[in-house]
Amino acid sequence: MPENEKQLREVAEKLLIDKKVDLIIGYEKGTLPLRTRPTFIREPEETKRLVWNSRCENNLSFYLKTVKEKVGIVAKGCDSRSIVGLIKESQVKREDIFIIGVPCPGIIDKKKIEDILDGRELLEGVESDSQILLKAEGFEETLDQDKLLHASCRSCRHRNPVLYDTLMGKEISQPQTDEYSDVEEFASKQDNERWAYFNDETSRCIRCYACRNVCPACYCPQCFVDQSLPTWFDRTPHLSDTLIFHIIRTLHTAGRCVNCGACSRVCPMNVELRMLNKKTEKDVKELYGYEAGTDLEELPPMATFKIDDPQEFIK
Amino acid sequence: MKEKIIKKEQLGRWLEKLGKEYEIWAPVKKNGLVFFHPIKSAKEIYFNFLNSKKTPKDLFFPQSEVLFSFPKEEVEKEAETILPKSRIIFAIRPCDAKSLALLDQVFDSEDYRDPYYVERREGTLLVGMACTHPQTSCFCTSMRGGPFEKNCLDLLMVELGDDKYLVEAVTQTGKDLIGKDDPFEDAQGKDRERLAKVKKETEEKVKSKVVMEGLEEKLDKIFDSPFWDRIHQRCLGCAICTYLCSTCHCFALLDEKVNSGVQRVRSWDSCMFPGFTLEASGHNPRISNRERMRQRVMHKFNYFVKNFGETACVGCGRCIQNCPVNIDIREIIEEIKNE
Repeated sequence: MPENEKQLREVAEKLLIDKKVDLIIGYEKGTLPLRTRPTFIREPEETKRLVWNSRCENNLSFYLKTVKEKVGIVAKGCDSRSIVGLIKESQVKREDIFIIGVPCPGIIDKKKIEDILDGRELLEGVESDSQILLKAEGFEETLDQDKLLHASCRSCRHRNPVLYDTLMGKEISQPQTDEYSDVEEFASKQDNERWAYFNDETSRCIRCYACRNVCPACYCPQCFVDQSLPTWFDRTPHLSDTLIFHIIRTLHTAGRCVNCGACSRVCPMNVELRMLNKKTEKDVKELYGYEAGTDLEELPPMATFKIDDPQEFIK
Repeated sequence: MKEKIIKKEQLGRWLEKLGKEYEIWAPVKKNGLVFFHPIKSAKEIYFNFLNSKKTPKDLFFPQSEVLFSFPKEEVEKEAETILPKSRIIFAIRPCDAKSLALLDQVFDSEDYRDPYYVERREGTLLVGMACTHPQTSCFCTSMRGGPFEKNCLDLLMVELGDDKYLVEAVTQTGKDLIGKDDPFEDAQGKDRERLAKVKKETEEKVKSKVVMEGLEEKLDKIFDSPFWDRIHQRCLGCAICTYLCSTCHCFALLDEKVNSGVQRVRSWDSCMFPGFTLEASGHNPRISNRERMRQRVMHKFNYFVKNFGETACVGCGRCIQNCPVNIDIREIIEEIKNE
């Protein structure tokens, strides 16, 4: 068992015994190979269910809005940034949550594993140090975890939680990443090429809204797509409407999205939203010098006005 | 009926011939996803698939369809021809074919006959491909099905080794698809022996077992149980489980404005969405994921059983594989029984 997983269980158990929290939200082993899943623990002895590994892909801060108790929450770098956002936007109270920070070297992208297996079913996966062993029918291969990292993790600049009450293990080193190289390359393409890409991606969307529902920043009591008086959005999955949904969601989360990648990871139809989200994040950074979820005090750029805000769009 | 054998290299020729009369839908792979799509040549088919990402149910019950349109006060026209050309769904898995038997009970019953569904259903032949690589999340054998189940199929094909398929006609229409001048030979005794062996081996591979006995009665008793408080906690409330389910069939009827007037549209809906039961008054009887998840479980394993004598689940495992938070229906069933 990794050292910080052991520590995580001990810390969580103590928090419940000492009644500092009523509930721990963390990860447990899932029912499929290499899968973990969110878990809700109220009894100290159940904390042995908690796991921490490179497959803890869910951003648990989503659940903060669903509970009313005092919560201990396991948070990676990106999750902690989402929590900062939720505190700033008055969705959760800092004093109601105890953040168990976990330094995160990156999450494995299960879609990359699916590609490697090419139609075979993953029967077993064993994680060890920086490698992972994949077993399928007539297939066995050991791969570097680095090669399987999710795109958001590959470009992540906050492997260590930005806000926590206790940290599991020590902070890990932060490699210099070329954060926006893929976005810049994409942005340099002709507009018809980019348009074709977005059309192709969103054409697969089945409007299950998993991307929206999993997003910690998407907490509108009623999403505009669900409104019926007036109806902004047809139920018929016209491509133009589907595109509008994804674009509006991106704009609505501009300056708030921390690029945890949860929306891309949950998509059953492999719709890649990174080019929209990451580009918007880049724009916000360049226009307003603001990075979401890194500072509890700094005012969100979309909720404030500064005299030197860029206003080239006013002709 | 007598089984036939076709060499894999002859498959293209056979499908080409069928393609003259039918539109052929078969599994293709694009963007890492396998789904059913019309094909022009057998070369496009992706055979190495466990199952398709989306079920072929949308070929009968599309995600969205116009039922009729009306420019002003009067209804101008019913939907145009629903199915312009007869279709063959090639290599449909037995679990997905069986799900159509369940949908038939909803859309084609004595009480109600849905013309849109029925026309598509009657105009479509189903050529099944036995599932020789069931996944660990498959539990079809617990749901009155199996990897070689023939329910609703016209033909069942079974891969026998690297070079050939055994083809069994299930219906007369299926038999007509394998005519005299087609590249088929009669199956020999050794082929049948091999078939029996493959079938036995495959059925043993379906390791997941779910005991359904007593489940319906148990669900009658636990509607108000705190069990549901616990079970729904991790649910995100998205529609992956319902939209990728081969038997979920709930829909919404809405009027949509288009340039020429108004269309009455039928679209998939999901009991996991808050708007599913939102009433005009603003009241919502299913106020949280707790009630919504209970509804999904009750509909599949209790209400549907009461109405039609079967569970609305074929054990394909898609909801297990695709749930972003790994909610596993097998576990839920187990926990209900222990409740």
